[in-house]
This record gives sequence, C-alpha cells and structure tokens, in this order.
Amino acid sequence: MGRYLSKKVLIYLITFFFAVTLNWAVPRFAPGDPISMLLSRFVVLEGGRDILESFFVKTFGLDQPLLQQYFGFWRSLFRGDLGISISQYPKPVLSIIRDAIIYDIIILVPAIVLSWIIGNKLGAFSGVSKKADNFLMPVFYFLTSSPYFWFALLVSYLLGIVLGIFPTSHAYSATMRPGWNLAFIADFFMHWFMPFLTLFLVQLGGWAIGMRNMIIYETNTNYAKYMESLGARERLIRRYGFRNGILPQVTGLAISLGTVVSGAVLTQMVFSYPGLGYLMVQAIKQNDYFLIQGCFLFLIIMVLLANFTVDIIYMFIDPRVRHSYSGEV
Amino acid sequence: MKARWIVLAVVVSLVLGSTAVLAAERNQTLIVGGGTWSQATSWNPLYPNCANGIRGLVYETLFAYSPLTNEHKPWLAESGGWISDNVYEVKLRRNIYFSDGQPLTAADVVFTYELARDNELTYTPLWRNLREVKAVDNYTVQFIFDSPNYQEWQIELYTRDILPKHIWENVPGEDLMVITNDDPVGSGPYKKLLAGPDRNVWVRDDNWWGNAVFGQPKPVEIVDMIIYENNVALGMLMQRTLDLSNYFIPGVPAIKDLYGLTTWYDGPPYMISANVAMLVLNSQRKPLDDAKFRRALAFAVNPEIIVERVFERMVPVSDSTGLFGGWTEYRDAQVAEEYGFWYDPDLAKQMLADAGYVDKNGDGWIDMPDGSPIDFEIIVPSGWTDWMESIRIIAEAFRAIGINANPAFPDAGLYDERIQTGDFDMCINNYGTGISGSPFSYWNWVANHNINRTHVTEGNYGRYDNQELFDLIYKFNQLPPLSDESLAVASEIQKILLVEMPAIPFWLNGMWAQSTSQYWTNWPTADNPVGYPCSWANNWQFGTVEMLINLQPAQ
Repeated sequence: MGRYLSKKVLIYLITFFFAVTLNWAVPRFAPGDPISMLLSRFVVLEGGRDILESFFVKTFGLDQPLLQQYFGFWRSLFRGDLGISISQYPKPVLSIIRDAIIYDIIILVPAIVLSWIIGNKLGAFSGVSKKADNFLMPVFYFLTSSPYFWFALLVSYLLGIVLGIFPTSHAYSATMRPGWNLAFIADFFMHWFMPFLTLFLVQLGGWAIGMRNMIIYETNTNYAKYMESLGARERLIRRYGFRNGILPQVTGLAISLGTVVSGAVLTQMVFSYPGLGYLMVQAIKQNDYFLIQGCFLFLIIMVLLANFTVDIIYMFIDPRVRHSYSGEV
Repeated sequence: MKARWIVLAVVVSLVLGSTAVLAAERNQTLIVGGGTWSQATSWNPLYPNCANGIRGLVYETLFAYSPLTNEHKPWLAESGGWISDNVYEVKLRRNIYFSDGQPLTAADVVFTYELARDNELTYTPLWRNLREVKAVDNYTVQFIFDSPNYQEWQIELYTRDILPKHIWENVPGEDLMVITNDDPVGSGPYKKLLAGPDRNVWVRDDNWWGNAVFGQPKPVEIVDMIIYENNVALGMLMQRTLDLSNYFIPGVPAIKDLYGLTTWYDGPPYMISANVAMLVLNSQRKPLDDAKFRRALAFAVNPEIIVERVFERMVPVSDSTGLFGGWTEYRDAQVAEEYGFWYDPDLAKQMLADAGYVDKNGDGWIDMPDGSPIDFEIIVPSGWTDWMESIRIIAEAFRAIGINANPAFPDAGLYDERIQTGDFDMCINNYGTGISGSPFSYWNWVANHNINRTHVTEGNYGRYDNQELFDLIYKFNQLPPLSDESLAVASEIQKILLVEMPAIPFWLNGMWAQSTSQYWTNWPTADNPVGYPCSWANNWQFGTVEMLINLQPAQ
C-alpha cells in the first residue's frame, strides 16, 4: 500500500509541475497583450494611456526577462501569493477567487452530489426493470442531450417569466441586503433554485444512463450467470452488479467535484449568477495572466486532489486494486 | 444536547435577524444595468477602471455636459470662461460640501490639478501647456496656460473629478493610482453602500449640497446590476426587476409596446446616438494605401441595409463626415455635399477602374494594376453579433463590385492585438469615437499622429500617415471653439478625411436604453428631455443625475 501511494504521489507532483508551468507559459505566449487591451477601452486624455502603460508594466514586472518572471512566479507561489489581477486591478487574484468560488460551490456541489446519488439509483432501477426503463430512458436521454444553454433558458422562461415563481437572475434581489435573517435566506434560496435545478437535471440523465448500462452489463457477466445458476437471489446479484457498476461512477463524481472551480459558465451566463466560471472566461478573453494562472492553479490542484482521493477510495471499494499492489494477485 | 443548543441559537438569530432588513423599499430603489461588467475593485477616481458611478454619483466635475444640447451646464462651478487668451477662470458655487461635511473650495480644485503636475497621473499631459492653477480667492480658480488647447479643455471641464484635498493630500504619490479608496468621500449625491460580485449599490446622500440647487434625486438607492447577457436583461425588464437597461437588445422595436418599454424616440431610431462605427482601412497595406481605392469603397456599401437588417432601425446611418450631436456645429455642408459619399456601386466600380483596378486575369475579382490579386479580410471581435452581421453585409457589398473581401471573427483579445499592431486589412471600430464636447476627440482618434509604435492605442489603427492633417488637427485644438478660424480648419479636416478616407463612418451606434414604468415614471425621452437615461461609466455627468432628479415614483 505504501508503494502504491508513494508512486501515485510522485506522479502527481510531476504532473503538478508541468501543469503549472504550462499554465504560466500559455497566456504569455498567446497573442494579445493584456495591458494594451485594457488601455484601449479607457477614455483618457491623449498621452494618459502611455502613463498608465508604464505604470502597469512596472507594477506587474512585465519588463523583466521572461525567465526571471517564471522563477518569480514559483517563488511567490510558495509564499501563497498569486499576484494581482490585471483586468480587475488592483484586486489580488486570491481574493477574487475567494469571493467568487463560494457561488460555484453552493450551486455545483449539491447539483453534482444529488444528481449522482439520484441518478445512480434511478439508473440502477431502470437497468433491472424493463417497464421503468421504457419510460425513464427517453427522459434521461432528453435531459443529457439537450444543450444546456437552451434547456436553462427554457426552464428560466417557464418557471421565471410564464409562471413567475422564481426570479430569473442574480444571487439575491436588488432590494435585499445580505444578512443572517430569514427574509434574506429565503430570497437567496429562491434565486439559487433555478441555477441548481437546471444543473441537477442535465447531469441526472448522464449518471443514470451510465449506471443503467453498467447494471445491464454486470447482470450479464459470467459471474452473475454463475451465481444465477447456483440459485442466488436476484437481489444479491444486483447488489454485486451495483458494487461493480459504481466504480466508474465514483471516478466521474470525483472529476466533476474536482472541476467545480472551473464553474458552471453557462449557468452563470443564463442566470447572471456570480461565480468563478464566468470570471475565468473573461480572464482568458482579456488574457489576464495572473487571474488565468490563479484560476487554473486551483483547477489543477483540485483535479489532482480529486484523482488522488479516487485512488485512495478505490483501495477500499475495489479490492482488486488493493491486492494488485500488495502482490496478492 | 450541544447540537440542540446550536439549532436553537441559529433559529433565534434567524428570527431576530429577520427584523434587521435595512434595504430600501422597491419603490424607492432604482435598478439599472448595462454599465458594469465585472465586480468593482477600485473606488479610486484616479484609476480609469474604477467602479461605474464614481464619476457623477460620488465625485463631481466642474461642469456637466449635455450631448443632447451640446451645452456645458455649470455644476460645481457657478460659471466659467476665458478671461483672456490664455486664462480660464472658474467661479465655484458656495456651500458645496463633501460627504464628510468639509467644504469644497478653490483649494480642492487647485489640489486636484496640482496632483497631476507633481505625479504621473492620466491627466498629467494637461501640464504640457498648463502653466499654473491659481486660487484667486476661496471660490475663484484661474487656469493659466502657455498656449491653451481650447478644444480639449471643452472636454476636460466635465471630465475631472474634484477631490477633497484634506483626504488625498495624505496619500503618498506612488499610491495615488494603487489605493482602492474603499470609502470614497466625494461631493456627489450618492455614497457607496455595498459592492457584491453581481452588483454595486449606492445610497442617496440626503445632505447633498445640490438638493438646494438642482433638486433632490428621487431614488434612495441605486442598484447597478452586473448582467452578463442581454437576454437576461430582457427577462429582468419583463419581470420588472430592472428599471433601466442600457444593453443592446435585439427586437426592442417589435416588443417595446408589448412589454411597456420606454425608449428615447418612440420610432426609429429609438436610441440617442453615442458613437460612430467606422470601417477602418489599413493604409499600410496595398491597395488600401491608395486614397482613390479607399474612397471607392465608401460608395460600394449601402449602410441602410445594415441599419435595417442588423439594427432594426435602432441606429441611424452616419453622415459622410461622421459628425453628429454637438459636433455638427462644425460640419461644413458644402464640403459634405461636394466630397461626401453615398451608395452607388456602379460609380464605385467606375472609380476603381479609373484608378487602374480591374479584373486582369478574368477570375471575376478586381486585381492590382500590376495584375497581382486583391483579397481582404474584415475583422470584428467574435461574439459581437451585431458587428459580425454588419461585416457580412459589407463583405457582400464589396464582392458585388468585384472586390474579394471576407469577414473573420477573431477573439476580442486577438482582435485588439491585431488592430493595435496593424495586423489587419479592415475592421469595424468605435473605441474612441464617442460623443464629446468637441469634434477634436473624434478627429484626433480617427487620424491620430502617434502611429510609429508597436502598439497603436490612441486611434488611427490603419496608421494613415498625413502630416498635413495631423498639423490641422493640432491647430484646431488650439483655436477657440466656434471661432471663424476654427470653423475654417474644421472644414479643411473634413475635406481631407473625405478625400483621403482613412476610415469610413457607416452608422452611429446607439446609447441603448430601455426603461419600464412599474416603479419609476417620467423617464427622459425626446418629447420630455429631462435628463440622459444612461448608466454607463463616465456618462452620469451627461445628464443622468438630472434624470435621477426628475424621475417620479409610480403611484
């Protein structure tokens, strides 16, 4: 087990190094100079842009040799300093991420986890019940293959504008002040619901289809047939099937949770809901080196952590992994 | 046991908390959108990317400016004028106070300007010909110039936020653009209340000095929402969770009556014009280096089709000179008549043929006089749907007269990089063509002299090089507004721009505005011009504050 873990850790460290290096390099070699991009939109007195430009170049140290910038980047990374955003100057990247990421988490984590749990249950049910399958499969396919943008607009139009139950945008009403009180929490919940619901529904279908197919596959494997011929009860066979079928789903769940940082860009666009995803797209559009770096750094760390967690969980839920590393198989 | 106490505590605090909602009522709140695109990160008026509303709501300028009437309205100033060739004198109003109760006097004005003399700020270039800013007494300031840029001064008068000396004198020079100024103290009608990731909220300052002079703004709070997509803005208008939208929303002419939306004009062009959208031609590339070729292009396109198909008549076609609003005071009708352009594809073809551009190899496309082929790419940023559609129409028009032109849509960042470094054939652009107090800003953008550099950021992306024109624009800046000489120079500039055609003005982009009347009425319109319905950054002093004063709560 120690061997298994140490090998994994080494691989992750190497991956981290290369990912972070790429993350540093790509925006800098991509076309588009973030500072002149920012400046061209300002309306200032002629000559004012030149003053701002030299101010920014100095502030961000962009006049230093690239190699020096690269080493400086690693140095500050280990100090926990992600730098200052160019497009959102003078806000530090870390506080931009901190302010925004909470909105991604409250929308995405419940949507992912609940859709995973319910999707797997429904999928497993659909896999063993022909009758339910006939009804559920079209629904799953509809949910998973409808373009999110269109689907969310439809839901927003129906529940928001036609029925007028839920507000169509933002995190809370314009007349609300954030505070620890019932009125605000209720208002916040109403605004949270449609972004959550749409994400929950579109993901539900995918999980369910995956699980259903796994169950059908597992119940047709040799071990299942063998158990059947031994006279094992169907429930038992299904339980074994579920245990095997859940393995790829666990990986999928971990990756989904790991990419929470990249946010639900489309959700945020359709509902003008705050969050990191949209910020990240904007950062890329404006080639904001530091904000891109910061967002992707988090993404890299989260994905690696998620994968690592899966690796550990697999040791518990899949005995084959455990045994292969302890040399038993 | 412990868990039960926690639950109890939570419930009690929730119930207690629910009585502590301090927000203004909906019918005292004005919700706007369209001017803020990302979370505010700075409230520092010295940094140009500071929160929308800092200029106008919190800090104020000496004058306001109305693009509708082209008038400078005395704001902090009571009056102002040139008392000699090189001295501009401002008389300040009495009884102006900052929100911390300190009076605003001549010393604050002098300080604001000297700050840019002693430090590198965006308005430091003023000091290239400003000699001294002098407080004659507590309420009189004199600006003494070496050789005044009269035209630029017209713009400066409504652009500079007057800062409280007693606060900013304590900020070290190197921090002037760096500090975020989280608690801005200005003289304006509103104060910062809160800034969230999806909104900025401003609260009325009931002690505003202007209440006695101009009247009190009606909304107790202004909530400026960040809205990522124009269809969200439309949804909010329908739900009445947005009072004023400053987004370009396709389809407004068709739905405005259905949803009770107010626009400036009831019929076309619906919107006030805000800036000139031009086809910029890269005069560093063949055959766009040939003025005859550039001019012929202007005759090939029918901008009416763009206005009709893309904008549903929400924008008007531009005048040949590109002048609109107050700038038209300088328009030379004779020059426009003689050198203007209009849609005439046959004439365009003839002009090209006369200049030697014909199809030499018989492939259907016009070639260079030496026989080498011509093909162009027209670029606009990807995702700017209205402009994307426009250049499809323009490319089609060029192809109709035998010029091989194709639209392309690079990402916004790449678009900026390409136009700034001159790596393009043609592009649509309007960055620096916004309405202002002087056509100088327009001409100095279209034909800026500062083109010999890697990144061109002051306009003239096509790098059109004509020292005579540059000199005329410089000279125009140094002539008193509407003087005979300034009009003569203006005519000369218009003529050169039309004959040389470095960029072709096609249509006037709108100051998009749609409002709903569920909570607020008396919106400014063409028939009832009680302000300027615009929540864009740096536009609040264009008459938006007057709109706030004239709004009426709906019954």
